[in-house]
Amino acid sequence: MAINPKKHEMPTQDAKVRAHNFDEVATGYTEEIALLEADRCLNCKNRPCVEGCPVNINIPEFIVKIKERKFEEAYDEISKSSSLPAVCGRVCPQESQCESKCTLGIKFEPVGIGRLERFVADYHNEHSNEMKKPENTNNHKVAIVGSGPSGLTCAGDLAKKGYNVTIFEALHTAGGVLVYGIPEFRLPKKIVSKEVENLSKLGVEIKTNVVIGKTLTIDELFEMGYEAVFVGSGAGLPNFMGIKGESLKGVYSANEYLTRSNLMKAYKEKMVTPIMKGGKVAVVGGGNVAMDAARTALRLGAEKVYIIYRRSMEELPARREEVEHAMEEGIDFKILTNPIEIIGYENKEDKRDEKNGEVIGIKCIKMELGEPDEKGRRKPMPIDNSEFILDVNTVIISIGTAPNPLIKDTTKGLEVNSHGGIIVNEDGLTSRDRVYAGGDAVTGAATVISAMGAGKTAARAIDEYLKTI
Amino acid sequence: MYKIVKKKTLNPTVIQMEIEAPLVAKKAKPGQFIILRVDEAGERIPLTVAGVNEKEGLVKIIFQVVGATTEILNSKKEGDSICDFVGPLGVATHIEGIKKVCIVGGGVGCAIAMPVAEACKKAGATVTSIIGFRNKDLVILEDEFKGFSDKFIMMTDDGSYGRLGNVTVPLKEMLEGGEKFDEIIAIGPLIMMKFVVLTAKPFNVPVVVSMNPIMIDGTGMCGCCRLTINRDGKKITKFACVDGPDFNGYEVDFDEAMMRGRSYIDFEKHAREETCNLLKKG
Repeated sequence: MAINPKKHEMPTQDAKVRAHNFDEVATGYTEEIALLEADRCLNCKNRPCVEGCPVNINIPEFIVKIKERKFEEAYDEISKSSSLPAVCGRVCPQESQCESKCTLGIKFEPVGIGRLERFVADYHNEHSNEMKKPENTNNHKVAIVGSGPSGLTCAGDLAKKGYNVTIFEALHTAGGVLVYGIPEFRLPKKIVSKEVENLSKLGVEIKTNVVIGKTLTIDELFEMGYEAVFVGSGAGLPNFMGIKGESLKGVYSANEYLTRSNLMKAYKEKMVTPIMKGGKVAVVGGGNVAMDAARTALRLGAEKVYIIYRRSMEELPARREEVEHAMEEGIDFKILTNPIEIIGYENKEDKRDEKNGEVIGIKCIKMELGEPDEKGRRKPMPIDNSEFILDVNTVIISIGTAPNPLIKDTTKGLEVNSHGGIIVNEDGLTSRDRVYAGGDAVTGAATVISAMGAGKTAARAIDEYLKTI
Repeated sequence: MYKIVKKKTLNPTVIQMEIEAPLVAKKAKPGQFIILRVDEAGERIPLTVAGVNEKEGLVKIIFQVVGATTEILNSKKEGDSICDFVGPLGVATHIEGIKKVCIVGGGVGCAIAMPVAEACKKAGATVTSIIGFRNKDLVILEDEFKGFSDKFIMMTDDGSYGRLGNVTVPLKEMLEGGEKFDEIIAIGPLIMMKFVVLTAKPFNVPVVVSMNPIMIDGTGMCGCCRLTINRDGKKITKFACVDGPDFNGYEVDFDEAMMRGRSYIDFEKHAREETCNLLKKG
């Protein structure tokens, strides 16, 4: 049988329809499509895809199980390496990981590994509720700080090995960035809560509303009898550009904008948390978070949404799929453009005018790419006299984050690098005995899967260490 | 869930509650705040800790009923619970080494100023308190303040109680009269704090102000509570939730903070009206 050269298309909601709702964009493979796509896998001997996966899922093995229609067994195969398959199947950048190594990809399009992973996870979530609590607990207590992807993974791996695991979460809902950051239309929250529920079934205890570094310190966790601590506290405070007008009414960090919409559900009726809806919106930045913010603004009713990015389309760091989806939905990409000032309304006659301080525009300058810098990235340079004003009333700044200071400031002997990221060795061990760390708290803003990989590494190291006691 | 153990009305719009939150009670220091959410549909609001009872694990909060969330919170009775209560957040007020302090409190800000006065007194400082309200009916915590103050001055805007005028009037008199303070700690409406700073400036007295911007997570993630700080000719962005809430009053851009504080004024008015209608029906 000839191999289909192309990946089977992912069924999606029509762009015009989905631009106005928060339902998931991609609706997922049907059983029929999944079987056809699984058939494209050559099941090659050298398994390069496994190398491309940060948590080394046995990819050919789970695809074989799909071919055999043994979907639950496929799920078990994935579960050996991943605690959050339904999440990874949706948000992993597979095109630069497993799928980039696929043998089939040399001549044709690679196997749609991410889509198959999602199919298997969704099948399992729909058909099975089983999650066995491990029979033997070893009575060792481990504390996990933060319930984002690294924390959930570390907790899951340790619980499966019989550890007594407690997760401390600062917010009122578990899930970290999966809940406050990634929007519903890309990762439905019921999927995250299902994964969290699965962990609870494994015996993991989740304590919300506890800020480590404030409510309790890491030293106090040890006093409470925890024998090891994993810090997966995530990225911290948003960066701003330092240009005029960043404190005007209607200027948000992407973190704030997405938190209002995702965590506080400001997009729903009857929720008390406000968010500015409608009008014209400019999102500054070109990462996945910028795409999420822009597409959220559109769904909240904006009449026009711009992405402002200082380099060209080639350098835009967001996943291709997200960029394509955003373009289909009508997001306007202003590339090679850099903001230099946000302009606010000012009624000089009446200082009490409530409109004072509202955003009325963003002044930008055109850029061109200059010589490559030491990292090989071409440096964007402003073009003289190319300033122009975009007429907008909301600006969302999405140019990354700086690490949160709370844990560093309250944990003696915990070393951080010049960017404020926690320093760890190859096992995820920090400069403090029995304190491990991973995810954005270590690396700065990165991907869900790399955070999961770090959680996994630390779980292995914690197990190795505590086994010897 | 966090139980409302005690509830007391301090004046027609200011309510005091004691909430069962032992972990917070164990840690909270004057100047720190908590974030609460009344129910699943609610927003997260920051409130400064007005006192703790560590033995019983209670945290005291004092709030003015000003919007939808505080209306809903006020509809709760003793014995009811709220769904989230997290803290203590922010950096505690620095009181070490202060020998002579002037505490200036305005309106519901006195709820935060009082525990600071208490802490200063207990640390051995000489405490002068100037507290101000719009009128007699709105006065709260007078006896408590008197108990922790070596000198106590009550001001009302309309003269219906204490002296007539703003809190800056006696402050200016004292400073002009040669009174020396190691520090002035001002807690109240932004406009009051701004004028305390302007009053103190000619006399070179350090002024600490307690900022209360809009917040969401309160843990250093969203950046909503950012303030512009003018330091050494540069504008710096600081976050009230992790860097504050206390700041050097001379460095704060008050006008910007006031403008940002009114970002959702229309939404808030509307949400409050809707909530009031709902509560009436209930």
